[in-house]
Amino acid sequence: MTQTTEVLLPTSADEAASLFGDGKGITVIAGGTVVLPEITHRRLVPTRTLLLARAGLDKLAVDGSSVTVGAGVLVGRLAELADDVKALAQCALNVADYEIRRQATVGGNVCATAGRDAPRGDLQGPFLALDATVRSVGESGESSQPIEEFLANRSGRLLLDLRFEKPARSAFAAIDYPHTHAYTVLAVTGVRTTSGETRLAVTGVAGPARRLPSAEAAADDPEKAGAAAVGDVAFADDALASAWYRGRTLPSLVGRVLGELGEAS
Amino acid sequence: MNLIVNGVEREIESAPLTTLLDVLREELDVTSPKAGCEQGGCGACTVLVDGEPQRACLTAVGVVDGAEITTAEGLGTPDDLSPIQQAFTHHYAAQCGFCTAGMMLAAEAYVRRGGTDDREAIQEALAGHVCRCTGYVKIIDAVAAVARGDSFDLTVTAPSQGMTNLGGVS
Repeated sequence: MTQTTEVLLPTSADEAASLFGDGKGITVIAGGTVVLPEITHRRLVPTRTLLLARAGLDKLAVDGSSVTVGAGVLVGRLAELADDVKALAQCALNVADYEIRRQATVGGNVCATAGRDAPRGDLQGPFLALDATVRSVGESGESSQPIEEFLANRSGRLLLDLRFEKPARSAFAAIDYPHTHAYTVLAVTGVRTTSGETRLAVTGVAGPARRLPSAEAAADDPEKAGAAAVGDVAFADDALASAWYRGRTLPSLVGRVLGELGEAS
Repeated sequence: MNLIVNGVEREIESAPLTTLLDVLREELDVTSPKAGCEQGGCGACTVLVDGEPQRACLTAVGVVDGAEITTAEGLGTPDDLSPIQQAFTHHYAAQCGFCTAGMMLAAEAYVRRGGTDDREAIQEALAGHVCRCTGYVKIIDAVAAVARGDSFDLTVTAPSQGMTNLGGVS
């Protein structure tokens, strides 16, 4: 099966972008933690495969107040940002386990679509809360857009990097998971921007991560914000938890995050 | 493509998207890495890639072309077991053995990077490894013993240290 697959191994970001082209017919493998099982179990039979391992998209830089995270940065490396963006580092360390965090990439995690039995895209929530800008290439060439827009239409795009401004504060809360699996069931990230705005996002709901605008509007009252958050999103049943359970738990996570951000009066 | 497997350079004929696990087991007949879930969830296929633990089932061999791969076969020999192998023997940390190779390699990497005998830290380091026999207490005992630098008498089996820490059986 894999014998007939054309495998491309670019050694620079420009070469990767050029080989990706309009993205049609291309299977992208960065860390491989999502895609390799699909190939192994023959749910995916790629015809052209772009391996990003040596494409040099692994820049992680803090320049004053601005942070740039390359698509090829390993998830575990986000722990280096613990002093700058605590919630992002906490979220990264909540992903799977030591080995997976050393193999999975930020780009792969952000671009992952929902799994069959569990949500994916742990990092989408923090990047949404951080109002990150995504730089990507695809059919229309290179573009930069808010992550909210990118998540809504990321098919056919090759993510290059994410950029955001360091927040004044950030907080992260997730449902604990048992040793027998390593998926994020439900997690909330909160950010207090340097201009005083509160942004909240949740991972583990139906579809990609979502902002919680009603909860943000009620951020001064964590209990009210938690209740309002439930109306901002749709929940799904999967192998990890029911929609009902997630709906009952979200207010608690929102309350914890807002409490840590200091919104409680 | 080439790999250095347990110190021996091997030429690889498999296609670049073949998993490292399949290359080791099917092409090179190195069978200590186990094909468990084959989706990264169980840890049984873990090997060291350039000294760091990695899931062989999630790794396309084309990505690790030229790398040094260490499997359980490369830790020690039957007549000269490595410390982690001695510890697993002395502490009776293997039952069915299916998870053992992956556990030992993750533990080897943990100790090499300066891991201590702190049981919570060991649990975190081995979090991606599932033991279907649920023999975790003795596995953690073994890793803690190596982290402490214990020496091992392989003619006897050590009593479990972990049960008292769990506040249970006396």
